[in-house]
This record gives sequence, C-alpha cells and structure tokens, in this order.
Amino acid sequence: MSLIEKIFKFNGGINAETKKNISTLLPVEKIKIPKKLILPLRQHIGNMPKIKVNVGDYVLKGQLIAEADGNVSAAIHAPTSGKIKSIEKLLIPHPSGLPDYCIVILPDMKDKWIEKNSIDWKKIGIDKTIKLLLNSGIVGLGGAAFPSHLKLGSNRNNKIETLIVNAAECEPYITCDDMLMREKSEELIKGIQLVQELLGAKETIIGIEDNKPEALDKINLFLKEQSSIKAKVVPTIYPSGDAKRLIYLINGIKIPKQKRAVEFGIQMFNVATIIAIYRFIEYGEPSLSRILTITGNLHKPKNYEVLFGTSLKDLIKKSGGQINKNDTYIMGGPMMGFKLPSIDISVTKTMNCVISAEEDMIKEKKEPLPCIRCSKCAEACPVELQPQDLFWFSKSDQFEKAQSYNLFDCIECGCCSYVCPSNIPLVQFYRYAKSEIIAKNIEKEEADIARERNDFRVLRLEREKKERAERNAKRKLESSSGDKSKLIAEKRAEIADAMNRINKNENIK
Amino acid sequence: MFNQQSPFIQKATSVTMVMMLVMLALLPGILAYIFLFGIGVLLNLTIAIITAVVAEYFILRIRNLPVKLFITDGSAVVAASLLALSIPSIAPWWIIVIGTLFTIIVAKHMYGGLGSNLFNPAMVGYAVLLISFPSVMTKWPLTSSHLLDFNIAQQMEVFFYGTKDLIDSVSSATPLDYIKTQIFLDRPFDLNFTNGMPINSYLNASIIISLSFLIGGFFMWAKRVITWHLPITFLISLLLISSIFWLIDSTRYLPPFIHLFSGGTLLCAFFIITDPVSGPTTPKGKIFFAFGVALLVYLIRVFGGYPEGIAFAVIFMNICVPLIDSLTQPKVFGHE
Repeated sequence: MSLIEKIFKFNGGINAETKKNISTLLPVEKIKIPKKLILPLRQHIGNMPKIKVNVGDYVLKGQLIAEADGNVSAAIHAPTSGKIKSIEKLLIPHPSGLPDYCIVILPDMKDKWIEKNSIDWKKIGIDKTIKLLLNSGIVGLGGAAFPSHLKLGSNRNNKIETLIVNAAECEPYITCDDMLMREKSEELIKGIQLVQELLGAKETIIGIEDNKPEALDKINLFLKEQSSIKAKVVPTIYPSGDAKRLIYLINGIKIPKQKRAVEFGIQMFNVATIIAIYRFIEYGEPSLSRILTITGNLHKPKNYEVLFGTSLKDLIKKSGGQINKNDTYIMGGPMMGFKLPSIDISVTKTMNCVISAEEDMIKEKKEPLPCIRCSKCAEACPVELQPQDLFWFSKSDQFEKAQSYNLFDCIECGCCSYVCPSNIPLVQFYRYAKSEIIAKNIEKEEADIARERNDFRVLRLEREKKERAERNAKRKLESSSGDKSKLIAEKRAEIADAMNRINKNENIK
Repeated sequence: MFNQQSPFIQKATSVTMVMMLVMLALLPGILAYIFLFGIGVLLNLTIAIITAVVAEYFILRIRNLPVKLFITDGSAVVAASLLALSIPSIAPWWIIVIGTLFTIIVAKHMYGGLGSNLFNPAMVGYAVLLISFPSVMTKWPLTSSHLLDFNIAQQMEVFFYGTKDLIDSVSSATPLDYIKTQIFLDRPFDLNFTNGMPINSYLNASIIISLSFLIGGFFMWAKRVITWHLPITFLISLLLISSIFWLIDSTRYLPPFIHLFSGGTLLCAFFIITDPVSGPTTPKGKIFFAFGVALLVYLIRVFGGYPEGIAFAVIFMNICVPLIDSLTQPKVFGHE
C-alpha cells in the first residue's frame, strides 16, 4: 500500500458533531469596505511592530503602516486607502479583554493601491525573498499566527523533504478553509507549487478530513496525475488538524513536544497562508484580508472575506444576529477557542471563526464528581498522556510529579474534558498547573540571579576587606621599618613650615 | 458554574449512566440466578440496595457532602448488587445488611467516598462476611430442579429466620469446596458425583449463570464501559494456570472448565475486577493486574484455606495498583 493510502491513526481523539454544514450553504461573501478599520498592532506571535505613520497621514492600500520589529515579528499594512484617524488603545480579540494599541483608518472608499511589484524570487534569491516576506505581514492564518517568513526560511538549517498542507480543519463549526478550498482551489495549487519550490521540498501532501468532499473534488481537478502534490484524505477525528497529529496521520512520524517538524524534514502551512504567500510573491500584495466563519446560534451563518480591521459586530449583524439572545461569542473552535469578552472588536489575522454560543455551550455546567479513574480520558488523549494522573497531580499541587508525567506535552485539545463522565474541567487544571510551574520557574530564575548577585557582593566585600587589610599591613610595615622619630620630625617641620607661611601672610596684611 | 474556558462542548456518558449500564448488564445474570435458585437472590438484592442507599444517605449527611449529587451517581447501588450476587441466595437478611454496611461505610466512605476507595468495596464486604460467617457464606442452594418443594414461603423463612434445618436440606458445598476437602483428607474424589449432588447439575447451573454474565460483559464492552484488557486477560490466565496444574496431575487438580465456570469466575472477570476506582488505569497495568488476580484466585482456591479466593485476590491486587500504574506508564506521543 502506498503512503498516500495508509493512514497512521493516532490514539484517541473524539468524534464531535462537526456542525460544519450550517455555514457552508452560502458562498463566501466579500464584504465592502467599511467606514472604519481598526488594526491592532498585536496580531501575531512575536514583537509588536513599529508604527510607521502619523495621525492624519494619507495611506494607500497595501502601504506599510507598522514595520516588523526584529525577525520574530510581522508587519501591518493599510487594508485600503484612507486617512489615519488615530493611534489609540482599543479592545482587541484577546481573552483578557484588555485594550491594546490599534491604528484606526478612515477609508476614502477609493481603494487605491500602492505600486504593486511581483517578486522574481528565482532572480533575487531565497534569502532576499525571505527578507521581503518579513514585511509582507503574512502570518499563519490557521489560528497560530506564527510569522510565515520564519517557516519559509527554515530550510536553511534543515533540509525540507516534504511540505504538508494543513487542510484538515478538525474543529467543529469552522469552515473558512473548506470554503477557501472550494472557491480558490486553482490559486491554492499554484501557491502550493510556489511554496514547495521556495522550501526546496520534493513533495507536498495536502491533509484533508473526509468531511470535505466538495473541497477535495475541486482540488483534485487541478492536481495532475504525476504531480509531486498529492491530497491525502484523513478520517474526521478531532484533533487531526493539530500539526503533529496531522504529520503522524500522513506519514507515521511521531514528533515529540520538544522537537520541531523541520528537524524531520517536514514543514507545514495552512491553506489560507499558502494563498497569502502566493499573492505576495506573484502580485506583490501583502496580507490585507482573510476568510472568516461567522456561525453558530445565528440566523444566517456564513463565511465572509473581510479586510483586517473590519468590525466584528457589523459582521454578526450581517449574519442576522443571534437566534437565542445570550450575547456570548467564542473565537476559534468550540474545543480550543476562547470566550470573547466583547464583540466591539475588529477582525484580525488570527480570527478564523466566531461562534455565537449555542445553548449547550453556555448552560450551567454540571457539578463535577470525583474522578473515578475510568481512564476514558487516557483513551481519548491524542498525546497518549495519562490525564487522570495529571489531574490528580495538578489538583494536589504536585507539580514536579505532573512534569515528570509530561504535563508540558499536553496540547490542551480538550478531548479529555469532552469525554469525562465526572464532568471534571481537566484542561483547566492543566492550564493552572502549567502556569504555576512557569511562574515558579521565573521566580526561581529571579532568585538565582539575586543569589548570584549576592554571592558576588559577598565576594567583593571580602576582597575589599582583604585588600584594605593588605594595604594597612603594608603601611604598618613601612612605618615600623622606617625611623619613627625621623617621620615625626618631618611632620613637625611641615607644620612649622605651614605656620611660617600663615604668619608671613598676616604680616603682609 | 458558567463555562468560561474551552472546551465549550462535551459529550460524555455520565457516572450515573455508566452505573446504570452496569446494572443493565447484570440483569441477565440476575434473571439466571432467579431461574435457578429461586427468588432468594431478589430478596438479597433488594435488601442490599436499600441498606446501601440508606447508609450512603446518612454518611453523606454526616460528611456534609451534596446528598442529591452523590446518591444519584449509582455507585452504591452497583456495589451493593455485586455484593448481593456474591452471597449465597439462602443467606439470612442480617448477613446482607452487615456486608452492605461494611461495603458502603468502611470500604467506601471511610476511604474518602466515590473515587477514593483503595479496595473494591463489594469485595471488602464479602471478605468480612467470609471471615466472620464462613458456614453461611459457603453454603449454596441446590439448583431448583432439586428443591421443587422449597417454595417461596420457605425461602422467605430462610431469608428472615435463617432456619438451619431448612438450609441444610437444600444446600451443598460447591464442587471447589468439596474437592478441596477431599484432597485435604487425602481421599479420592469422584467428579461425577459430589456430595450427594451430580456435578453435571451443578455445572449446568454454573454454565447458565456464567454465560449470562458473559452476555452482560459483552454488552458493557460494546457500550465501551469496559475494555477487553481486564476480563480477557483474567479468563485466559485462569485457563492457562488451571490447565498447567491439571496436565501435571489430573487426579489432584480440577479440570480448567470447572475453574472457569464456578465460583463466580465470570462475575469477577466482567464486573468485579473492572471496578475502575480500585483498579489500574494503564492498558498494560490492566493486563498485569488481571493476571495477578487470576494467579491468586487459583492458588487460594487450590492451596488456600478458603474455597473461594476472588475477594482476597482482588483486595491483594488492589494494594499493588499504584505500583502497577507507575511501572506501566505508556509512552507519550513521540517519546522514545
């Protein structure tokens, strides 16, 4: 059996109701330029970019308005032409609900582009291309928001053999990648060819769950028989879209938490990210928009193609508003997403899906019972951990034990909580234990630094004391060896001299 | 509590549901018991369940725990039922009450209640009864084909007053017990006719009950309440161990099928050792645990002082669970 047919099934996982069909009935709707765009500066993993514009400036579509700060950072561009209205702290999509710096643009509705230049990457070379990509603003659009130029540059230290395109989209409700594959399949395949060449990979495997037959058919239309690009259908088991789980499903390599896929000659990109890279290289268009699923408890769940900075509230209004009013929204999927503190926020690069909470998501949680060690969680854990033991250690603050049972390998996918007969919020316990351990490590590091400084101070004081003692001893030695009376006489002569000088001065007066 | 953090969806078989499935799985076995031994079993079950629920209620009140939440989890009912099914159907009511009280109060709640008991509660209750009242606990009734005259009224009499003459007239030791005595006295035994009762009749009854528990076990496996590891390992191990001894000397050791089909072997395989709280959690650990129980069951049955070794074997292996679990940790994804 060829590799493309064989599936390496990982342990456990869950078969949740996908609820994907509710948002795939209608095609992706392209949203018109809104009256106001709010662009948070923090939309990715890494340093906050440096602002390059002033309030009142006129910017063109695609113009750099914040530049990547260092290598682990991403730029931000004006999604359309218009005026910079303000730079201020506003709400951003973050579980904390705290405001952060945003650039506010008032579009002039002319949608005037900057001069777009396609990149002849073969001519300028890969290094220069990656430097250009640093300010393309492209980050992983699957939700992780890791700057893409870093991943594209990964082949400099490790030879990349295989490019895996993550089209699994395993979380329930989310359909933005599915819709993108259905509607932009040709562009996707072109993008894959480009990224494969950029990485110098020999082959590409598109990993797609079997619940997206329409998307798969569209992709297959553009795949040639003998192409190095192949689509591999994986079963619908959450979390098949987790990078390391998908790699295992596809080629049977288990990559542990501490190692990266590139060390095994594999690099992975999400489908939306591939298209963003393609549009940047081919047309010189930076990352300005994305497809986003607005779904759940709404009258018209749908996918939208929107400019970054568009108001989320408007999109929810456009989707007909909530059926059951509960004013609760989840960003991301129901398994790993987070509750939005407010919908007065704008669409960012990480926003792949917003779910208007259904009744069962917000209903009062059943009182948890004690763990009965049924090990259903261990059966469901895709990382093959022993969640019941980790729970016990986390609950009783035995953090060292938890760490030795590989707590930090936990990907917080939520499968254990999903199947727990005792309704124990297991993932919350692991998050708690992890943050406690991290806090303790920081504390320990600080204490180590303080101790080092103290040790140094003690050493310095000792040294100074020793030096002083040495100096005194030396002086003593000198004074004792010399003629003491002679020394006194010298001093007396000096005093007499001074007295004479004073008397002289007084006489002059 | 409002669900503030992911995951926001859940689909789990609740503890109550798990316990209900276990009860459902016990049903064929219970029906077989009634069919073969009369309604004494039903009386035992009823009194055990009532005692368990009442005891649980008061203990929860004393311990200041939410009564409704814990009493509806169903674990007390399951423990009491397993105990009742292990006790001979001609045992008087106070035997059941004492055993159940021990199961719920000492073995379960004194160790911390649901999820915290180190030992299998039903087996602790059983062991206490076996040590305290050995004569009652080892007398099983003859199957109904031999006690047609032992009517419901008489069963009630035994149940409420433990009338000794009546018990003696309808009871017998199990073949395991009989043969052990014979070996102990260095007498030859006749497998076809034990203690005035044809072994075939005993075996037929045992096989019917065993198969009924097997059906229940398959049901639980199909409903994913249990995995194959514990029951299958236990049964295969017992089969292998008893076969080895039987092949060495078939005049002193019972054939393997008697070990498999008597003394509640199947009940133990599917319902007793599968108690998750007091058992191991890792797949490999389950295999070690089940093998250990099988070995001890055989050794106690054949060489020990008691006719039946399941309770002691399970309790002993319960002690080893933390060690077994820590030594059988599966490899984490990607770890060498």
